[in-house]
Amino acid sequence: MKLCDLKINEEAKIINLKCNNILKRRFLDLGLIPGEIIKCVLISPFNNPKAYLINNNVYALRNDDANFVEVIYERV
Amino acid sequence: MKEYKVALIGTPNVGKSTIYNALTKNHEHTGNWAGKTVGFTKGKCIYQNNLITFYDLPGTYSLISKSKEEIIATDFICFEPFDVAVVVCDATSLEKGINLVIQTKEICKKVIVCLNMIDEAKKKGIIIDYDTLEKRLNTRVIKTNARDKMGLNNLLEAILTVKENPYLDLNYGPLNKLINNIIPHIKDNPLNKKWIALRILENNKHYLNKFNELNLINNLKLDLTEIENIDVSLEIVTNISKEVKRILKNIVIKKKYHHPKIDRILTSKIFGIPIMLLMLLIIFYLTIIGANYPSDLLFKFFSSLEDNFINILSYIHLPNIIIDLLVNGVYRTLYWVISVMLPPMLIFFPIFTFLEDLGLLPRIAFNMDNAFRKCHTCGKQALTMCMGIGCNAVGVTSSRIIDSKRERIIAILTNVFMPCNGKFPTLIAIITMFFIGLNKTYSSLSCALILTAFIALNILVTFIVSFILSKTILKGEATSFTLELPPYRFPKIWSTIWYSIKNRAIFVLMRAVKVAIPAGVLIWIVANIKFNNILILNYLTNFLNPIGTLLGIDGIVLLALILGFPANEIVIPIMLMSYLETGTLIDFANLNELKNILVLNGWTIKTAICFLFLMLYRFPCSTTLLTIKKETNSNFYTFLSFIIPTIIGILFCLLINLIF
Repeated sequence: MKLCDLKINEEAKIINLKCNNILKRRFLDLGLIPGEIIKCVLISPFNNPKAYLINNNVYALRNDDANFVEVIYERV
Repeated sequence: MKEYKVALIGTPNVGKSTIYNALTKNHEHTGNWAGKTVGFTKGKCIYQNNLITFYDLPGTYSLISKSKEEIIATDFICFEPFDVAVVVCDATSLEKGINLVIQTKEICKKVIVCLNMIDEAKKKGIIIDYDTLEKRLNTRVIKTNARDKMGLNNLLEAILTVKENPYLDLNYGPLNKLINNIIPHIKDNPLNKKWIALRILENNKHYLNKFNELNLINNLKLDLTEIENIDVSLEIVTNISKEVKRILKNIVIKKKYHHPKIDRILTSKIFGIPIMLLMLLIIFYLTIIGANYPSDLLFKFFSSLEDNFINILSYIHLPNIIIDLLVNGVYRTLYWVISVMLPPMLIFFPIFTFLEDLGLLPRIAFNMDNAFRKCHTCGKQALTMCMGIGCNAVGVTSSRIIDSKRERIIAILTNVFMPCNGKFPTLIAIITMFFIGLNKTYSSLSCALILTAFIALNILVTFIVSFILSKTILKGEATSFTLELPPYRFPKIWSTIWYSIKNRAIFVLMRAVKVAIPAGVLIWIVANIKFNNILILNYLTNFLNPIGTLLGIDGIVLLALILGFPANEIVIPIMLMSYLETGTLIDFANLNELKNILVLNGWTIKTAICFLFLMLYRFPCSTTLLTIKKETNSNFYTFLSFIIPTIIGILFCLLINLIF
């Protein structure tokens, strides 16, 4: 599934970044690295962007960008 | 005296600038949003008879990226001569910081880690095993709390005694073989060859050019087939991240993260936008009710000094005409600007700075990004707009946080739609006199409401203009948007007040004062010198009258709007002086008197509306224009920033004339 499909408070594991190099670089800098756990913590009033928790930091990403991040639900 | 050069590196918003300020006794503002420091500043500090120069580099998440700030920071570390790199890390979020430490250790031999915000980490229940961290990093780790100036002496001590380590030699897994193939082709130089090889592998254009410039590489032909199946940048970052995990393993204990509940409300579907407008309303309301009385008081105080000045000047036998110029021209314009501007700024700027330091601005950008996305621009434009409400010149400078040049220029061109602090007193006076009526109950509240409505309209205009620009002159799609939402940090009240008064209110005021003096001379000349027995002023107003009438105002108002080019705050004084033909300015604080004068000169509600629109949509003041020229480095964009609001203002007025 895609990162932007995460509902609020849902957690998932990043498996792949399917985007161009500039955006990928940006994601990697923020810590969106395959294998990491990411959680959707905030949704803006118009549903886009959404804010995600990764490594104890919260970042806002547009759905158009989060669309490129592939995730799967993490079983606890 | 020994000299040391120290680079301060850190991810955005870790308190780097706070440390820098504390060490250098400097006063760079430290907001709670990523990208506050743009470009880099340097400052000096003397410690135990050593001169230490600090370079405050812009915050970066990594040193291998391609954004403007990251290039500034990395270029500095690689190519500028300095002694020690201090990597400032946020103790509440170590991963990010340690990531940067590792990258710094790859290109710098003398590194110190500064763990900042120790108290906040403690409050959040985060426990860190510092000794093990130091051992695993093989680097000095200094604990600090820059806000309370704790640990800074230890940091200075460490800077003087730090030992040189070899460059960090990280394992890059499948890239190792490729790196080893490249290294023999790199000439001996002070940089880390492995780091150079990595930049070549990831085909980083900026550094490839640099390496060629420095002539570092001997005829190297890369066999691209070998890296075809490897995602080089992913591989690099993953390996660094692995190292971070190894270093931090079992040395940090922290509670489970809970997102602050208040954010859910601030960004909720129903309340998100209304709360933002409500906050704006409250700020305006407090500014209006708080500024009224002090303005009047200041005015009375300064005008009571007038006679003394005249006496002193006559005593030294200055000719009467010069005394008139100095007192009625320069002094009056000067104290007019001070009494009208200072009180609202003393209220507005501390409140605004408080909200900024609290971390509210990124939430506003978060809420508004969707609209910006639809205009093909960047949500960070909302941050620059907030800064623009304080001062447009500051708003224009803050646009540097936007990475894409196209989106940045749109933010710069539309910044003037946010009315700055200098316009408020004028807007408030006109709104109070013509829309609310004088001496009414709740008049301050109604005034704040109308002002907020105007801001809402201007936000709408910003969107429309941004959209049109994105479709025409500055064509393009929105690029990616990532914005950090920092944790709320409750600011230190007194230092916030002190800072905002000293560095914002007084700064803006001084700038206004500087233009008020020559403007005072000019106004006096125009209003007092006769040509063929007619005042220059009358020539000008007669000339402008037909155009003014077309716009729903008159020649005098138009002249005042034009002569007010150096600063927004002197528009009303020029206007009044012309109406009264007194050749000097009159008391502004007495709104009853002011309204009488305007009405006597033919002002109606329509005139007031047209004037308000021309005031809101007028060319940026001279300072802002100069800033725009500097930031865009283009005459064309500077011209656009001048002409766009002017045209919109004229169109609004023509429309209003058509309706009424």
